[in-house]
Formats: sequence, structure tokens, C-alpha cells
Amino acid sequence: MNEDPRPAPARPISADAETVSQDDVDVDTYRILEPDGSYDAERLPDLDDETFRELYRWMVLQRVFDNRATKLQRRGKLGTYASGRGQEASIIGSAFALSDQDRIFPYGREAGTLLIHGLSMRDLLLYWRGLEDASRMDGANSFGVAISIGSHVPVVTGTAWGMKLDDADSVAFANLGDGATSTGAFHEGINFAGVLDAPAVFFTQNNQYAISLPFEEQTAADTVAQKALGYGIDGIRVDGNDVLAVYNAVLTARENAMDGTPTLVEAVTYRRAAHTTSDDPSRYRERSEVEEWEKQDPLERYREFLQSEGLFEAIDEEAVREEIDEMFDDAVAAADEFAERDVREIFEHLHEEMPPELRRQLSEYEELLDERPDMYEHIEQRPKG
Amino acid sequence: MQATIIEAINDALHEEMATDDRTLVFGQDVAESGGVFRATEGLQETFGGDRVLDTPLSEIAIVGAAIGLATYGYRPVAEIQFSGFLPPAFDQLVTNASRIRWRTRGELTAPMTVRTPYGAGVRALEHHSESLEAVYSHIPGLKVAVPSTPHDAKGMLISAIRDPDPVLFMEPKHVYRSFREEVPDGTYTEPLGEAAVRREGEDVTVIAWGAMMHKTREAVDNLDGIDVELIDLRSISPLDRETVVRSVKKTGRCVVVHEAPKSGGFAGELIATINDEALMFLEAPVERVTGFDVPVPLLAMEDFYIPQPPRIEEAITETVNY
Repeated sequence: MNEDPRPAPARPISADAETVSQDDVDVDTYRILEPDGSYDAERLPDLDDETFRELYRWMVLQRVFDNRATKLQRRGKLGTYASGRGQEASIIGSAFALSDQDRIFPYGREAGTLLIHGLSMRDLLLYWRGLEDASRMDGANSFGVAISIGSHVPVVTGTAWGMKLDDADSVAFANLGDGATSTGAFHEGINFAGVLDAPAVFFTQNNQYAISLPFEEQTAADTVAQKALGYGIDGIRVDGNDVLAVYNAVLTARENAMDGTPTLVEAVTYRRAAHTTSDDPSRYRERSEVEEWEKQDPLERYREFLQSEGLFEAIDEEAVREEIDEMFDDAVAAADEFAERDVREIFEHLHEEMPPELRRQLSEYEELLDERPDMYEHIEQRPKG
Repeated sequence: MQATIIEAINDALHEEMATDDRTLVFGQDVAESGGVFRATEGLQETFGGDRVLDTPLSEIAIVGAAIGLATYGYRPVAEIQFSGFLPPAFDQLVTNASRIRWRTRGELTAPMTVRTPYGAGVRALEHHSESLEAVYSHIPGLKVAVPSTPHDAKGMLISAIRDPDPVLFMEPKHVYRSFREEVPDGTYTEPLGEAAVRREGEDVTVIAWGAMMHKTREAVDNLDGIDVELIDLRSISPLDRETVVRSVKKTGRCVVVHEAPKSGGFAGELIATINDEALMFLEAPVERVTGFDVPVPLLAMEDFYIPQPPRIEEAITETVNY
């Protein structure tokens, strides 16, 4: 019998090849405003007093908009809504660091970002009412909302690539959540951005949950920011409940990106609301955990700062909230005015020129709707939600 | 000039890059090496590294970046090295490319082309031989083109690049170099969405596209005494129903040939169209000659899978004698 020519299996001995591990990397969390009310004066952004106050007003607006939109949904006057409650500092701080030339790729919770960059409140409500027409994002330089999680990341890279070729004074800016960081699109998009030196900012609002899945189960990585190293780009980890730190972090990321280093920002925050109005978080997390994060409220932390700087006296919070409530009322009224839509709208804008078969499907359907008005007993348009 | 399909594609890319400096070509191994099939040979030398770029091995990023560029005003022409590797990027085609115009009500559009060689018969490894055109034809907002000749390959590729909407351009790699024909110099277009009648006839309509046009033509040439009308579909989406229906109304008989598996294949859509618009003209059931409902076999046995001329001849004869 021939001897077995295969090598003997490795014996269970120990070897000492060196490994590289996440424990070798220090990822600091950048912060300006401490939860105890103190702050690092050296790091304060160079903003005038009025802009410091504007940041606060916009955070209040995000809070009020989320509350009102959620209530509107409860009353049956809005579709499914995704609130940014708890993430106001991340949403508003990042928005303030962007220019109107930047293209924003939203992920859904950033009402304030879209409103700051030109979308009307009426149209934002119409979007959540499921009206196609609102997805024009009129006035805002924005791609549609990435409902398919992470799907926008490689597209951001492509747009940033175009900006680089044009030598444009802008970046492509992605909002995303911690869940998106597990998708293939995230990996491929960021990796390619690194190869291209594209002016892209990937802003991850790590709100600790992807619907029910906590961050610890999303990945074995300790942080999102460290993932940047795998792509040879830069990462920043920032306290996402500190609006000034987020502002500085995104400003840095933006400059970095325009200098040829795409940057992945992780804003560490917490989603205090349900995933959407269709979700019941009591099924997967303790109320006490939410309460812990309520103590880290981004509005309160920033208000304390404004108070200690003597900037808050010029803000009449009650008046601010009333003004926002009025804006919201007006936006709802304007949205209610939006007429019922024609069926033609769902066939249009798919192709520059409608193909013959689609034209035929439309005209046959229009004929049927004329001949069988009882069809409308089965069709409930919901222009008011 | 006399050109093969691959040379015609290369020529079309040179023409369009020279015509419109917003046109970019990128994909795996397309720049330095000129592409594994040499479709992009010479482009980087002529147009430079900014416009002709090697990408990472990253289909999602390639197609996703094309969308980002197109919606920003560029005319990207992305290559996916083999169509068997396109499925990872299927999501980008479905989720973004095909619907960004619709989603934004025309505010953003994606005038982009994804070129990819498809089909069996080149003795390659697994996943190099698929014909998934029917899958892509099911996505509203995405055009799917499949040329079968050098003349069409050049003219249709130029149309695809100039198209205001995304086009998946599937190239019949089995016949990339198998013959030459006269291809006009300079720029010309062949329309998307229009079939071509390659041979007029009275007895039976035979429909094929891409590489199968050549197997089918061979079969038709072998059949004495049957007057075949041969249609090259050229465009899977949008589908030229008019040419198909007009022909079947004339001949009353039809055979569809495709390389993809039978079930859920594009022949089904053609037969449904014929039923809708020409049922009472039919003298025989519409016959299909297709791949089988199995993955394309590895190289040793792939010829069993591919519809060969005798199978096509049998189907045409049976349909005519029905």
C-alpha cells in the first residue's frame, strides 16, 4: 500500500504571528459640550451669536416637527413617519456645516436638514403623505430618500466623483444609520470613494438601533468610525448629542473630503422614538434605557451652554415653539389644499418619452375608469394622509 | 470599415467619447488592459485617465457610481465584465437607476449605459454564460438592448449612450469576433425599441436576438422549402410589439428562440403579446426553442444546453406542418 502523500494535519501547537486588532486603535469621541454643562472653550466653532441661537431654534424645530408629524400620523393624516427624536444635534449640527451646493442624500429622519437646505415644510409633509410630486424635493439639492437602507452610498460616491472631475466647490453628503453600515453597498461605495479620493462625506447617525437590532449585534466593531481605516479614508467619532461638536466634525469632514480624503463620520446618538410610527420599541428595549438617554437630551445640553454664554436671554422659547407650531399648521393647511391627483401621474416621468406599450396601458386604464366609475369605490386617494 | 462586433463596440466608444466630453468609461480592467475582451482598448491612451478608469472589483460600486455621475450630469458607460456578475448590482438598477427620474418627477435623470457581455459558448468558468435579459426587462424604467451584428452594435451603443434614460446593453460575446461586416465610419445611431426584419417570408415568423440570431439563421438556411420571416428583436425593453404582431398576422405561425431558460423567459412575453393582438391569425401554437430550466452547464457540456440549429429546425418544421 502506498503511503498517504498528504502532509500530516497541523498539530495543535501555538504560534506567535502578530495580529492587528481593534484594540490597537484609539478612537476618541470628539466633544465640546460635556453632559455636566461644562464645555471646551478652545473648541467652540467660530460662529456669531445669532448663528449660535439659530442652531437652537432649528433643533427646537426638528423636535416640534417630529412631535407634530407623529401626532398627525396618529390622527390618520400622515403616512408612516420616521422621527429624529433624540438625534436633533446630529441632524441640525450636520446640516449647518453643509453648503447649498452640496448634494444631500437623505435617509429619512432629517426633516431639519432638508428644511434648512430649501425644501418647504408643505412638501416635506406631502412626501410623508405619499405624494409622488413631493419627491421633486423642490428647492433642495437632494437625491430622493434612501428608503432601501444603504443603497445610496455608492451613488454618493459617483456624484462626489463628478464633483471632483468638475473641480466643484462642494461635496456629496450621505446621511445613514448604523444599520446601513452592514450592507454591501456601504462597503463598496466607501471603498470606491477612497480609491477615487472623492469629495464625499458619509455621515452615520449611530442611534444604537436598526429597528430592533442594537448596535452591538449589528457588528463586532466597537465603533463605526474605525471602519474608515479599512478603506484608507479618515474617520471621525463625535458625540451626536452635542450640536457644536457635530457641526465642527462635519465641517472638518467636508474640508477633508474637498482636499481629497473622503470621510466617514460617526455621530453617537440615540433614537428615542420608535423606528417609525409602525414600530413598537417596548418589544425590544427597556424604558429605563430610553430614560438614561433622555438625561442626555441634546436640546437641554445646548440650552445650558447658551445660558452660560449669556446667549439664551434673547430667545423666547415659548414664542419660538409657537412660531414653529404656526408654520406647521400653515404647512398642513397648504398640504391639504393639494388637489387630488390624476392617474396619469403614476405613468409619467418614468421615461423621457413614454413607450408605446405604457401609453396603451394608460389609455386603456383611463377608458376603464370612465366606463366603470365604481372603480373609485375601490380607490381611496389619500391626499390628506 | 469591416469590423467584428467587438471592434464596432470599441469604435462606438471612441466616437462617443470624442463627441461628448461628459462621457466616461469605467469598469474592471477596462483602462490599462483595455478590457478582458478588448472592448475598451485604446480609450485610456486617447482620452486619459480621468475619463477612462479601472475600478475596484466592485459591481455595486460601479453601477452605483454610474448613477451618481449620471444624476450629476455625466454620461457614464460602465462595463460589468460578465453579465453573470451583474446580479450584485441588480439592486442599484432596481432601486436607483430605473426609478430616479420617476421618483424625482424628472428633476434628476440617469442617462447611463451598463455594458455587459452575456451568453454561453465561450468555454468559460461558472457564472460567465448567463442570459438574464428577461429578468432585467421586468424592471420598469430600464431599457434592455441586445445587438446581434457589428453594424447594430455600434449604432445601438451610440443610441444607448445618448439615451436620456438608463440602458443595459447586453453584448453577445459568443459572436464578438466570429464575423466581420461593413460598419460605417463616424457617428450613426440605430434606434432602441425597434426590431429588424432580417429576412422577409410568408410561412412562419421566427424571432431571435443576440447570439441566437446566428444559430437561428443557420437553421433557417438549412430549411429548404420553408419561407421564413426572420426577426431580430434587438431591443428587449421597450419591446417592438408592432413589428412582431404585423409579421405574425401575415404568417400565422411563430417560433421564438432564446438562450435563457424556458420558464419565465422572454418568449413568454412575446407569446402573450401575440395572444393579445394576433390570436385569431394563428394557424399553430407558438413554439419556443430555449435553454433548459437549469443553470448553464460548465464548459464541457454547455453545447448541450445552447439551442442548436437542428433543434431550431425541428421546431420551425413542426410549426409549419402543424
